[in-house]
Amino acid sequence: MQTFTGRDGRAPLDDSLRFIIPSDYYEGRAIQKRILEEVEKHHFNEEATFAIKLALEEALINAIKHGNKLDRTKKVRIQARVTDEEAEITIEDEGPGFERTSVPDPTTEENLERLHGRGILLMEAYMHIVTWSNRGRRVRMVRRNNGLAGDNRPPA
Amino acid sequence: MSESPARLNVTPHKDIAVVEFTENKILDEMSVSEIERALAALLEARDRPKILLDFANVDHLTSAALGMLININNRIKQQNGQLRLANIRPQIMEVFMITKLNRLFRILGTRAEALANFE
Repeated sequence: MQTFTGRDGRAPLDDSLRFIIPSDYYEGRAIQKRILEEVEKHHFNEEATFAIKLALEEALINAIKHGNKLDRTKKVRIQARVTDEEAEITIEDEGPGFERTSVPDPTTEENLERLHGRGILLMEAYMHIVTWSNRGRRVRMVRRNNGLAGDNRPPA
Repeated sequence: MSESPARLNVTPHKDIAVVEFTENKILDEMSVSEIERALAALLEARDRPKILLDFANVDHLTSAALGMLININNRIKQQNGQLRLANIRPQIMEVFMITKLNRLFRILGTRAEALANFE
């Protein structure tokens, strides 16, 4: 059985969900479903649920497609801890990594018609905390179960 | 070729093709390429295409769908056509605003408003 090592090299807390999957969209979707069931169980409000669903999808696609290049021999490691207060999700791929600061801002006039590059923007807009580590291969995201999040959201 | 391919429902209104997404959820990574192919087929069959995308059924979307919409918009512009978006619910509209794509697309409140907006 495969084991998962936490981001600090320690075993994760027992109440975390842990998964190791091949780089496959269907596998990713099953994980999404499982984590969202947990979010529902903890009565996250509609806005927070939408945010987690969106950020989770973007992060999984990043790992499966852009990180591991759909290579099924490369794994994606997912850890999720959901409480009534917050959802913390960590996703790590085995790809070459990337430099967050090298991703161009897709909202500028010259980049507005670019076909790619909005996933990270959306993750950072919809989650309260998004941190990248292991040279961009690992992302940790936190969404609290309350009102507004993110610095990139436009004013109401 | 069918006018209403999988995942889309296409209804003609004068010279405008009104396109509804038939699956209430998700324009996600897996469905996006299928939808893009269907929309591309719709464009190929038309000169100066006028396309209205009705988002009434859409309650979730991702960056992959946004890329697809930009691509379709570019193709329509290349064919001297017009694209309008309508019936986008507030949560989805927020995604357009965060990405500032509300500046790129012509987005109208209702289908009637969008139909009236074509030139």
